[in-house]
Amino acid sequence: MGVDDSYQTRFSPRHLLGIEGLSPDQITVFLNKSENYVEQNRRVDKATQLLHGRTIINLFYEDSTRTLTSFELAGKRLGGDLINMNVDTSSVKKGETLIDTAMTLNAMHPDILVVRHPHAGAAKLLSEKVNCAVINGGDGNHEHPTQALLDALTIRRRLGGLSGLTVAICGDILHSRVAKSNIHLLLTMGARVRVIAPKTLIPPAAERLGVEVFHCMEDGLKDCDIVMMLRLQRERMTRNFFPSIREYFRYFGLDYNKLSHAKPDALIMHPGPMNRGVEIDTEVADDVGRSVIREQVEMGVAVRMACLDLLTINLDSGERRA
Amino acid sequence: MAETVGDPQDAVAYINARLLDPATELDAIGGLLTEGEVIAAVGDDLFRSGTPEGAAVVDCGGHCLAPGLVDMRVELGNLATSGRAAAGGGITSMVSLPNSDPVADNEAVVEFVARRARKLGLVKLYTYGAVTRGLAGSELAELGMLADAGAVAFTDATHAIADARLMRMALSYGSTFGLLIVNHPEEPGLAEYGVMNDGETATRLGLAGIPRQAEVIMVERDVHLAELTGGRLHVPHVSTADALDAISRGKQRGVNVTCDTAPPYFALNETAIGDYRTFAKLSPPLRNEDDRQAVVAGLKNGTIDVIASDHVPRDEESKRLPFAEAAAGGVGLNTLLPISLELYHNGHLGLLDVFRLITQAPADLLNLPAGRLEVGRPADLLVFDPDRGWKVDAKTLLSQAKNSPFDRRPVQGTVLRTVVDGRNIYQLED
Repeated sequence: MGVDDSYQTRFSPRHLLGIEGLSPDQITVFLNKSENYVEQNRRVDKATQLLHGRTIINLFYEDSTRTLTSFELAGKRLGGDLINMNVDTSSVKKGETLIDTAMTLNAMHPDILVVRHPHAGAAKLLSEKVNCAVINGGDGNHEHPTQALLDALTIRRRLGGLSGLTVAICGDILHSRVAKSNIHLLLTMGARVRVIAPKTLIPPAAERLGVEVFHCMEDGLKDCDIVMMLRLQRERMTRNFFPSIREYFRYFGLDYNKLSHAKPDALIMHPGPMNRGVEIDTEVADDVGRSVIREQVEMGVAVRMACLDLLTINLDSGERRA
Repeated sequence: MAETVGDPQDAVAYINARLLDPATELDAIGGLLTEGEVIAAVGDDLFRSGTPEGAAVVDCGGHCLAPGLVDMRVELGNLATSGRAAAGGGITSMVSLPNSDPVADNEAVVEFVARRARKLGLVKLYTYGAVTRGLAGSELAELGMLADAGAVAFTDATHAIADARLMRMALSYGSTFGLLIVNHPEEPGLAEYGVMNDGETATRLGLAGIPRQAEVIMVERDVHLAELTGGRLHVPHVSTADALDAISRGKQRGVNVTCDTAPPYFALNETAIGDYRTFAKLSPPLRNEDDRQAVVAGLKNGTIDVIASDHVPRDEESKRLPFAEAAAGGVGLNTLLPISLELYHNGHLGLLDVFRLITQAPADLLNLPAGRLEVGRPADLLVFDPDRGWKVDAKTLLSQAKNSPFDRRPVQGTVLRTVVDGRNIYQLED
């Protein structure tokens, strides 16, 4: 896992807008870098001054607890100056458009902008209007690249690699940027991906992404190494994507009965926050032998430190070119 | 035909029968042996060397022995009288609509219907589940759990699902479990206030019309939604040429769509209303002669998969009203066989083809263990004389409700004996 700086410079992108389009080498660079930060985060003296003098702005247009906190900790541990823009009280509330906000922030010369937005493509749009690096913290139903990286890191540390694994992603695939980023990452790294959900929660032409589609948990979980559950938003019920919570849990909630079809040591993942008794049974979620849900949160901070680190390396070269 | 069959565990030899089994294209003189509740043997030379020792013998007298009829669309009135009417009509399995009170939109009602029917020990009763809660057309019912509880397919009965997005969700969610969605083929906005087919007759009678286009608009929409979702769509009681054309084109494209029609739509047209006869007020309404002929053609060319009775019992009070105020619907359990046989007597279809539409096809569509003369299958049988005539008389129909659109029609095709699980449940008394 030796990390060569020149390699990083050549391979890390200008922005991190999504996983789709990244090469296996690029993903490996992110994961290797993250690995270093996992160790660093476990030390008492976990702070560095790597990003001293750098300005990071978290621009979150959606409520978030763990992603926002995770980026905030990551920035602070690397010694950067970090601001959380609270969209609720900012000029956005007064009707400012996304691009105007971007231009305003850009005038303050930030180095990295982390953006979460309810609409797909928002991070991409911002990246075209600012001079700094942009990290997509989740855009609509499109991508959530740092979540996919932290999931991959969790799997890699547990099972030694990604290639050849069978991963089942279960639940609301249709509305999930987490699923989308994970599908791209896992397929790029040579894993087999299955998606399992009622037909109403599978996006059209899902097979074209390269995944196998299942509508039955028992069939889809057969011989899986990883069971990745997604959060189900209750408001989907009122829009008739499924008839009731109890029916959803009966056929698609992860309990030991359904889990018994996966490999005996299959790991359980969930991006959080969990709905216990909706998509996942409480006992399964808390199974210390199988559930790596808390480990995912730990990996999240390391991955975001690696992203800030790698994108600022590239920022230097970008500025030099300019 | 005076034999009485005793304990269902006994063996019964049906001899001297014209065996009719559409699934195997069997039409030959022969015999059939039942043991207990199942068919044990069937064939044209079965009893050549005599009937098995100890078996009761039923001499069919050269009459037809066929699988009992499977009626996939019945509204239940009184369960006991409906069961007797069905048995007298040669029906051995029927599927009831969910518009009961309470509505079959939850597991408890579905299980209750099944349990009550078993207790009666007459015709086998299956039930549809509701597509939406309370048939209200806004929230999906728990389709998966209803299917597990025994619902064989899903429909909101004569409530059309108006919201295209909801219909999309129903087909898509249903396909998760391979469920069949049945939607009433009528655009509700166009049918509002209408009481009969739109056109000259409606104008002369001064009645508000339902344009035939109301049907094709809904059917075309649903076929496209089935194509979009990959869901299984069934269109019930098709009555117009255009809707049949839409279904036929869907089938050619590989869309998962099937349909049925009911006897009134190939045997009657809107003139049956005559002088405001409310027994001829149906939903969908009786159409004009061109559409009736198109339905016959659809039966001949295979566009129509099934004939169902579309039995809708209505009491006298709801029919003895001005036409516009009268309830829609007609009873059909006793006339399903003879009116379907008109297609045979009129030379449109062979006898086996008629029988496929009322036995094997609906059984296969709903995955019911019925509709074939097959060893190991339940001994659900019908002995009938296809030629023997009778006259439909509302007053003497076996069902409690008498609202037959075929009242006073002379018909051919008489049920002699109906057998369910090896038990005689009906026998004609001469």
